[in-house]
Order: sequence, then C-alpha cells, then structure tokens
Amino acid sequence: MDKNKILLDEELQKVKHDPWENVNIARSNERPTSKDYIDTIFDHFIEFHGDRAYGDDASTIGGIAMLNDIPVTVIGQQKGRDLDENLKRNFAMPYPEGYRKALRLMKQAEKFNRPVICFVDTPGAYCGLGAEERGQGHAIANNLFEISELKVPVISVVIGEGGSGGALALSVGDQIWMMEYAIYSILSPEGFASILWKDSTKAKEAAELMKLTSFDLFNLNIADKIVPEPSGGVTMKGPYLECMQYLKDLLVGEVRSLKAMPVKNLLKKRYQKYRNIGI
Amino acid sequence: MFKFFGKQKNFSSSQFKQKEVPDKLYNKCESCSEMVYYQDLEQNKHVCPKCGHHFPLKAYARIELTVDFGTFREFNKLMKTKNVLEFPGYVDKLEKAAKQSGIKEAVITGYGDIHGKRCVVCAMDSSFMMGSMGSIVGEKITRAVEKSMKHRLPLVIYCASGGARMQEGIVSLMQMAKVSAALKKHSEMGLLYVCVLTHPTTGGVTASFAMLGDIILAEPGALIGFAGPRVIKQTIRQELPEGFQSAEFLQDHGFVDKVVSRNDMRKTLHRILKIHGGE
Repeated sequence: MDKNKILLDEELQKVKHDPWENVNIARSNERPTSKDYIDTIFDHFIEFHGDRAYGDDASTIGGIAMLNDIPVTVIGQQKGRDLDENLKRNFAMPYPEGYRKALRLMKQAEKFNRPVICFVDTPGAYCGLGAEERGQGHAIANNLFEISELKVPVISVVIGEGGSGGALALSVGDQIWMMEYAIYSILSPEGFASILWKDSTKAKEAAELMKLTSFDLFNLNIADKIVPEPSGGVTMKGPYLECMQYLKDLLVGEVRSLKAMPVKNLLKKRYQKYRNIGI
Repeated sequence: MFKFFGKQKNFSSSQFKQKEVPDKLYNKCESCSEMVYYQDLEQNKHVCPKCGHHFPLKAYARIELTVDFGTFREFNKLMKTKNVLEFPGYVDKLEKAAKQSGIKEAVITGYGDIHGKRCVVCAMDSSFMMGSMGSIVGEKITRAVEKSMKHRLPLVIYCASGGARMQEGIVSLMQMAKVSAALKKHSEMGLLYVCVLTHPTTGGVTASFAMLGDIILAEPGALIGFAGPRVIKQTIRQELPEGFQSAEFLQDHGFVDKVVSRNDMRKTLHRILKIHGGE
C-alpha cells in the first residue's frame, strides 16, 4: 500500500495515541489556528470577506497569498484564542455564509488557476435557527458538489478538530492531510454518545470507538498523510516553527506535482479517491 | 432495449413480497389523533383521510406508488453492510433492522417507468435504522447514479433519513462526498435529477444529495433540516417557532421547488419528466 511514503518513519506510526487525550489536545486553545499556519507558511496573505449573498462569516477566513513563488488561495476555519475572539468567530462553527464564501473563493481560484489550500478546524457546522433558515444543508451539499469538479488542485489539512459535515465541506479535495494530533470524525464524541447512548457524558467511551485519530484515518485510507508534531502536540508556546516548515515543504512539493498533472487526470483521481471509500 | 433487461431476475412486480402487514387494524394519526382503519389508510396511499397527514412509507410501497405496474427492476438487491469499523453490536443491530423492516439496507434502487418514461428510482426507508446513510446506502445510490449516467436516464431519489450512520463513523461521512461527486458528473452530462424529500430528511443526507436536485420536491409536513430540532433546541436553549423545518418552511425560504402531496406526486413527476423530453 502507498503508505505515507514521504515522511512517516516507522517509529512515528507505532506511537499509540490515547483517543480521548488526543481529542483534548486537538481542541486545546494553545494549538496553532488557521491564521497561525497562514501567517507562518504563506507570504503576502490578503483576507477577503463575504459570500456575495448574505454576509461575512468570521468563522471562516480566506484570501490569496504566495506559497514560495506559487500564487494560491487559502481558506481556513478560524478558532479564537479567548472567549471574546471565540464569540466573534462563533467557535469556528460556520454558518452557511462561511461555506458559500469558501466556495466563492474557490471558484475565483479556479478562474485564475490558483491551487487551493484549506485548513480544517471546526467542531461542526453551526446548528441554529438562522443557519437552518439560510440553508446549512444546501451550503454544505453545494460545496461537496462543486469542489468535486473544481479544475485546480485542492489540498486540505485538518489542523485541529475535523467535525462532521462542517469539516467535510472544506476537505473533499485531492489530498486530505492531518496534523498528527488532529481528529476527524462523523460527529463530536459528545454528539456521538448523545445519539447512540442518549448520554453526552460518555464522550470518552465514544472517542475510543470512533476511530478518529490521524492514525485511524490514515489506516482507513481517508487521510493521505500525517504531518508529525512534537510529542504532546504542537502549541504556539512551544517550538512550532519546525513543524510548520515541514508542512510548508510538503505543501510546496504536493502543489507542484498536482499542478503538473493534466486537469482531466487530476479530476479523475479525485473522483476515484472518494468513489472507493466504503466498498 | 437496455442491455441490463435480460440480466435482472424477472420477478413479477405484483408486487414486492414484503408487502406491509398491518400490526393492528387501526392506526392512530399522529397529527389529528383520529383512529384510521388500516385498509382505508392503505387505499389512501398512507395519507390520513381525515387531516391529510402523510404517514411514513416503506421503500417498496413508495416505488409501487411511483412506477408503472411490473416495470421495476431492482439493482444490487443482495448488497449487505459490513462492519467496517468493527463497531460493537453493529452486526446484531443490522440483523434486527433487516428482520423488522424486511429489507437489507435503508435504500432500494432500481429502474422503472413512470407513465412509460423510464428512469432510475431510489427510495430510502426510514424503518431501517432511521434511514441512516452508511457505506452501502452511499454505494447503492452512487451505483444508481452511475447506471442512470450509463443509460442517460433521469434520476428520482426519495429521501428519508436521520442522517449519517454513526456506527460507520467517518466512512459514513465520506459517502456524502461520494454521492455528491457522482451527482456532479450526472449533472455535467445534462441529465435530470429530481429529489423528493419525505419525512424526515436531516443530517448528512440533507447536506448532500437531498439538496442537489435540479428540482427539489417535498411531501407536505415533512421535517427537513441539517440539524435535528432536538439539537437546535439544546444549542439555542429556546423553543422553536411553529412549522420550523417543515417542507412548507423550506419552500418559503427558497430551498424546495414545490411541496407536492403524495396523491399528486406520480403525476407531477411524470409532467416533469415529459417536459424534460427523452423517449
């Protein structure tokens, strides 16, 4: 099997992450946010706002930037560091406007032939009155639909929490990568426990069954790469530069090779990636 | 003639063996609390003769009401779900669901004629594990989409689902991407996709194929939404307005083309197919 050939040394693969500990690390507010990755990895980032239909959703940021010498479009789900910022960012739980903004920026990237890089970090799409009234389901569905045929390379990196359809709507590209301590799941462990056992306090037990760590996703052939982090997880208080430089080098390499691929092959490969899941 | 005519076992459509057997002679209408004689209910397409409330319909009954007598040929009838994540208790749960519902998975797919217009029809069944979408539901629908592309046929999907299937975790979530990507190809070929949203259509199904129809119809009173009302109530901690997330609410907010009663559904589908041409 084509196993993470570029980076993962055997030892790293053997590291066993305790799922629940991993969930807590993935949610830690000391972890780098999308903005931290963007500021460190890219140059000349300009943020653009709005979905051109209803408003601007601060839970999702996006714009254009340079990745070394390659112009790219960058989109990320943005958590806050403190309560004030989290209120502004809605705890990185996007409204339909967030998904529509992301898609608008991706269509713009397609027009100007720029690869798209997404940073995924959300507990899930927002559940509320306004979100339903403005078509949360439709917004996510439309992203899945349109991104599947977007004629430029799309790489998604799950950096913290990859929660449910809210994460999926930004991670249906050519490559799904996960930071080593990131998680990606059908629902939060709390939601999962609440649905299956009607008891959201059983989140820890749920996490153990859900197969949500980067290693699980890699073994299920859903994550294409695991980006190694310092033991215990990367934090903005620790040595994060090395980890991000590593990610940057991987991104540069991957973007170059995807850009060199004829669009027809790119789309065919992308279709097959999802077509083959679960058969 | 279509090649696959000969291959399928030619069973009489009169009609599916698993015809619903009433548990009791009378059913209580959820909406008006009237006791309705089962035979009357069946004759009235499972719509309450007193108040017009639409009772849930099993997949085969749905197909029977939609396609011309004797024309339905089922695809992948024997396809059965595997326990991909080795989730404890899932196999038993599947067996129980199969026994109770009389079908092997939460969707039935095949082709049939609607007043002589051939199309591919999928009908979800909420009596099988809440119509949840796991890998086989995703796979069967994707294959149905592919069949309709191969033979350039219009596609009709009746949705009825509580969302993604928890026991299959991330693999379930990815089915949303898989089906949406197939529908994008279908759409690029200029083919027609009509979806009919029935009670309930929520979660991962709403956030994928339920919202991707060229034309989206819905049965009166059906609950349609991304997040279920219970989850929203928990999030916003207030009562939901009356009629919130009903088919009529969705139509008012611009997400459903037309609310159509069960009595008029076949006629409406036929008219749509006719206007879109084809043999």
